[in-house]
Amino acid sequence: MAGLAAAFGSGAMTNTIADIEEADVILITGSNTTENHPVLSSFVKRAVTHREAKLIVVDPRRIKITQFANQWLRPNLGTDVAWLNGMMHVIINENLYDAEFVEKRTEEFDALRETVDKFSPETVETITGIPAEDLQAAARLYAGAKTGSILYCMGITQHTSGTDNVKSLANLAMLCGYLGVRGGGVNPLRGQNNVQGACDMGGLPNVYSGYQAVDNPDVAKRMEGAWGIENLSTKIGLKATEMIPKAHDGELKALYIIGENPLVSDPDLNHAEKSIANLDFLVVQDIFMTETARLADVVLPARCFAEKDGTFSNTERKVQRVRKAVEPPGEAKYDWEILCDISSRMGYAMSYANSEAIMEEIRKVTPSYAGITYGRIENEGLHWPCPNEEHPGTQILHRDQFTRGKGLFHAIDYTPPAEKTDDEYPLYLTTGRLLYHYHTGTMTMKTEGLNERAPESFVEISAEDAEGYSLKSGEIVKIASRRGEITARLKVSGKAVSGTVFIPFHFAAAAANKLTNAALDPVSGIPELKVCAVKLSKAA
Amino acid sequence: MTAENTIMINGNTLSFEPGETILDVARKNSIDVPTLCHLKRANPTGVCRICVVEVEGAHKLQASCATPAVAGMVILTESNKVIEARKLIIQLMLSSGNHNCAIRGHAGDDWTAFQLQVQKSDDSDELCPVWGDCQLQDLAYRYQVSSDPMLETQIPYPMETVNPFIVRDFSRCIQCGRCVQACNEVQVNLAIDFGYKSGATKIVAADDKPLKDSDCVFCGECVAVCPVGALVEKDARYKVRPWETQKVRTTCTYCGVGCQIYLHVKDNQVVKVTGVEDALPNHGSLCVKGRFGNDFIHSPERLQTPLIKENGNFREASWDEALDLVANKFSRIKNEYGSDSLGLLTSARITNEENYIAQKFTRATLKTNNVDHCARL
Ligand code: SF4
Ligand code: SF4
Ligand code: SF4
Repeated sequence: MAGLAAAFGSGAMTNTIADIEEADVILITGSNTTENHPVLSSFVKRAVTHREAKLIVVDPRRIKITQFANQWLRPNLGTDVAWLNGMMHVIINENLYDAEFVEKRTEEFDALRETVDKFSPETVETITGIPAEDLQAAARLYAGAKTGSILYCMGITQHTSGTDNVKSLANLAMLCGYLGVRGGGVNPLRGQNNVQGACDMGGLPNVYSGYQAVDNPDVAKRMEGAWGIENLSTKIGLKATEMIPKAHDGELKALYIIGENPLVSDPDLNHAEKSIANLDFLVVQDIFMTETARLADVVLPARCFAEKDGTFSNTERKVQRVRKAVEPPGEAKYDWEILCDISSRMGYAMSYANSEAIMEEIRKVTPSYAGITYGRIENEGLHWPCPNEEHPGTQILHRDQFTRGKGLFHAIDYTPPAEKTDDEYPLYLTTGRLLYHYHTGTMTMKTEGLNERAPESFVEISAEDAEGYSLKSGEIVKIASRRGEITARLKVSGKAVSGTVFIPFHFAAAAANKLTNAALDPVSGIPELKVCAVKLSKAA
Repeated sequence: MTAENTIMINGNTLSFEPGETILDVARKNSIDVPTLCHLKRANPTGVCRICVVEVEGAHKLQASCATPAVAGMVILTESNKVIEARKLIIQLMLSSGNHNCAIRGHAGDDWTAFQLQVQKSDDSDELCPVWGDCQLQDLAYRYQVSSDPMLETQIPYPMETVNPFIVRDFSRCIQCGRCVQACNEVQVNLAIDFGYKSGATKIVAADDKPLKDSDCVFCGECVAVCPVGALVEKDARYKVRPWETQKVRTTCTYCGVGCQIYLHVKDNQVVKVTGVEDALPNHGSLCVKGRFGNDFIHSPERLQTPLIKENGNFREASWDEALDLVANKFSRIKNEYGSDSLGLLTSARITNEENYIAQKFTRATLKTNNVDHCARL
């Protein structure tokens, strides 16, 4: 979450989940909240129905949460910076912003003002398709509240302009002074259970645990001391999305993949598959024989969450216990145990009595986790940063000052999405998740009931477009992009907006990511999974 | 303590905060007033009237869940009048539909005929699927009530089993409305409501459609709050009795909300999942994946042994063989092409401890920073 880190100094959710229920206005964008974070969506729905909080939803699809919205904006795909700048244009022009907050807590406001000045509601209407008066109404609603919470997810980040989108959200919240307070904040909703933890623990090419930079020699020294070794690399490593092309070019020779299935989740799958096949050696460690595991030279069986002790960090930075309930099948092992065994065989001995012993080491080398012990989180987790054992944890970030000192406004111009529709590929495709499945489906598709509710992939299309292409609901269609094609059943739905079709990405048999674009956000390395140009035709 | 903010319950003077109900004050002071319809986090409705208490000066019994405490009230929670009222309510409920727990007091043939009829409806030769885990049954024991043939009523609605997750057994519904509140006020899914209010009331989805054709999203909140056997998890029905299971508290493995859950374990199998009430972030609520999507744990397709590919096919291998192979290969490639020719993708699915070890292994052992995870995808 590079965008938030640049603006505030920390990339995590600023507030807690419970806090959402206290917001006076909630802005949701790029998040199909009721399907992807169902329990969290109830906090929003309760705020609206019980407390009369106002809800603004910005999303082209008629997703369920729009039923609860006071204001629903339907922008063209990939035009987020434009409508955000437009809202700020209105807020500044009508003097609805928090001048005191801007003055005391932020910097670079003038640059922002200058840029958003160009984004009058009328200009924004031409780019985004949002009627000028709706944009004005949304801006007034957001800025007119006591506190406002922004929730967003992959619909904002999975664009070539993803980092810019996030920075723009940060701009908007700072402009209204909604940071460091209950019911406020800018809140990225993490899709998978432990994305936050994987990042916190240094599962990233540029940082150790606790976001300590690998290219800082002092940090490297400290880690060398803690780990009893020498010569840690200070060169920033490859991102996941860079590893695939490097494998293709032959620079990356061996890859070790744990619990991921990039052969369904990656963009431009045709290319990814070839790249992985080009590796000298591939190890996959997982609980199932996934599409990716099939390509491996060695497959190692791991325990699943119900067979493990440990912790997960949820989307609100809360470290919570995971406990072993059942014995693992066959010879499946802890992921950490396997890695330690290999490490020892490679000459660097690693061994721990149990997960708690690892947490004790994490605490020593990770300032934000230093105060988190298994004892303290026995019943209720703790929100990091939690620097010592007396510290109660931090529910709201940036209270008196931002992690980086002052909040930084970024003046951002609108850049259109990387791929455009044309005569040959006249429709936009966007991808996402369904309530009944999870990621690439390796777990949810083992529950028959979930398959019964969502048995197969589909292409969601508006009635108008279906008619335009003389296609009927229920028939099998071919969807082609400039990179590949798949077939799936057509589903005419009121959720769809004309000009755009939607495909869920869970299904390997009709992997939506055979179509998507691998163009990356230059900063975050996140691919543009949310916009690409396609054409539809009847399957022969 | 001044008289302005105190009430007296069963002879004890107790203080209260403005806005608290009689029930709130009683519970705060560990006075056990029974409830059926009362649902935390929803507005009290007072429909079941089990929580009635006697308030001095009031000529009718008051539903304690819906009556605000007023300074100076003098209240009895277990007076004869209260007990008589509760017994009648319990008796009416027990006498309706198919409450075939042993508490139903019938004699002779009548009892047998009734059991046979219920067992047919249940498609099981056991007693009620929530026998021993039912708030109505508990209350019947507490107040020593059995059903009365004179009060018997039939419930005209057949069981609904046509969705994969929830069995709706209207024959055991006591119309407490907790499910309706859970669905509308707690989860705000707006899927179910009271229907046919003028006749034989039924809890209906949309205009009395099966759940699967309604707005229901199978979060199971209604099942969790149903005090009786009217809403039961399909998978666990008749297979799981609570005294046979152990509950292990953990964190849901699906989305980033991190709901707190109990895994119910019987014979080394997770047989049911429930939410942990009174714990953040979910207060007991779950979604369909967290509550019903855990079959994968015991899937026969789980990987059980290390596998090594030979001539394009996998064969089983011992841990020693597999680990030696991986260690040798990685060492060789590292020596030949350098550390940066190696990479590791860790996972948003595994624990913090494992992610920490994964990056430590990559950095300290492989000597490269080529470590990332796919969660941005
Ligand atoms: S399962 Fe959830 S959505 Fe369906 S009726 Fe019950 S509470 Fe409502
Ligand atoms: S189904 Fe259960 S919770 Fe719903 S009204 Fe009937 S008894 Fe009460
Ligand atoms: S129960 Fe549902 S909402 Fe809660 S953590 Fe699991 S997947 Fe997320």
